[in-house]
Amino acid sequence: MAVVLHWVLGLAILGMFGVGVYMTDLPFSPWRVKLYNWHKWAGVTILALSIWRLVWRLTHRPPALPQVIVLGMPAWQTRAYHATHYAMYALFFTVPLIGWAYSSAAGFPIVWFGQIPLPDMLPVDKEFAALIKPLHQISAFALVGLAGLHTAAALKHQLIDRDGLMQRMLPGRG
Amino acid sequence: MKLLQLLLPLAVFAALPVAAQQTLIPAQSTLGFTFKQMGVSVDGKFTKFTAQVNFDPAKLPTSKVAFAVDIASATLGLPEIDAELPKAPWFNTAKFPQATFASSAIKSLGGAKFEVAGKLSIKGVSQDVVVPVTMTQAGAVTTATGVLPIKRLAFKMGEGEWADTSMVADDVQVKFKLALNGVGKL
Repeated sequence: MAVVLHWVLGLAILGMFGVGVYMTDLPFSPWRVKLYNWHKWAGVTILALSIWRLVWRLTHRPPALPQVIVLGMPAWQTRAYHATHYAMYALFFTVPLIGWAYSSAAGFPIVWFGQIPLPDMLPVDKEFAALIKPLHQISAFALVGLAGLHTAAALKHQLIDRDGLMQRMLPGRG
Repeated sequence: MKLLQLLLPLAVFAALPVAAQQTLIPAQSTLGFTFKQMGVSVDGKFTKFTAQVNFDPAKLPTSKVAFAVDIASATLGLPEIDAELPKAPWFNTAKFPQATFASSAIKSLGGAKFEVAGKLSIKGVSQDVVVPVTMTQAGAVTTATGVLPIKRLAFKMGEGEWADTSMVADDVQVKFKLALNGVGKL
């Protein structure tokens, strides 16, 4: 389950990041309106799945790291891996929540998949919306940056350390 | 003498009983519209409009309401989208700067409720509509409110790529609240 959620959310987050960057450059058109709405629906779905992911993580400890890996990692790497994972979990929630808040403040309530109206997180306040809009972008870039670091570290273990650490996250074990 | 003969019929004509004229209080009046974009409700309004109201609840057959809306005053409060409204697929404001309504008959439904039948013209398209109106009086001010549902495509609102009703729904609710001075006792 953790493995499945990891890959599903990883792909979803990267996908939505791509859509987000692309859509904000588009001129106003029906296509852009569609993309914005899909981006929001996906964001809310990511938020919901992240809640599930967090609950699962808190109730199911991942297997302990093999001793050989623990011994082979300098202290700074262990700290980095903990810090990166904590930060990523925090951003899984921060990014969509800021997005939702921005959408509410800008006067665009979110209707999930065009069917389920979601509560407005904030009352309409155009100035506040303008204020928090960059926060959604900054935190999204931070999350993708950390995901890049995370991927690079995983590949380091796989290709340089050759310690088989990635095995535990591959499908077939979830 | 000749002048008097000329003027007399005019004076008689002027004295003919016509429902007295009321005045719109723009500061207390609103004209807005609501529509759905991919399930999300969006509200817009017109900030400039005028009305000629000759309304006498005791003399409905001679009562008249006429409306003119300054289309350039349309706003959704969203600058990016407001920039789209005057363009040809939407209001085409340069070609059709005004939307108008002219009543042809007013019917009382009792209880200060009325039905105003008339012609609504938007973007060069005219349609016969019946507008439900509820009136309330507070002191010297009479307020007429109501909602008229219209179909945007009938008025060519949103042409070409914007005609897709899964993007912007066809149904639009036109909401009005008109504050009037000088209306007789309802």
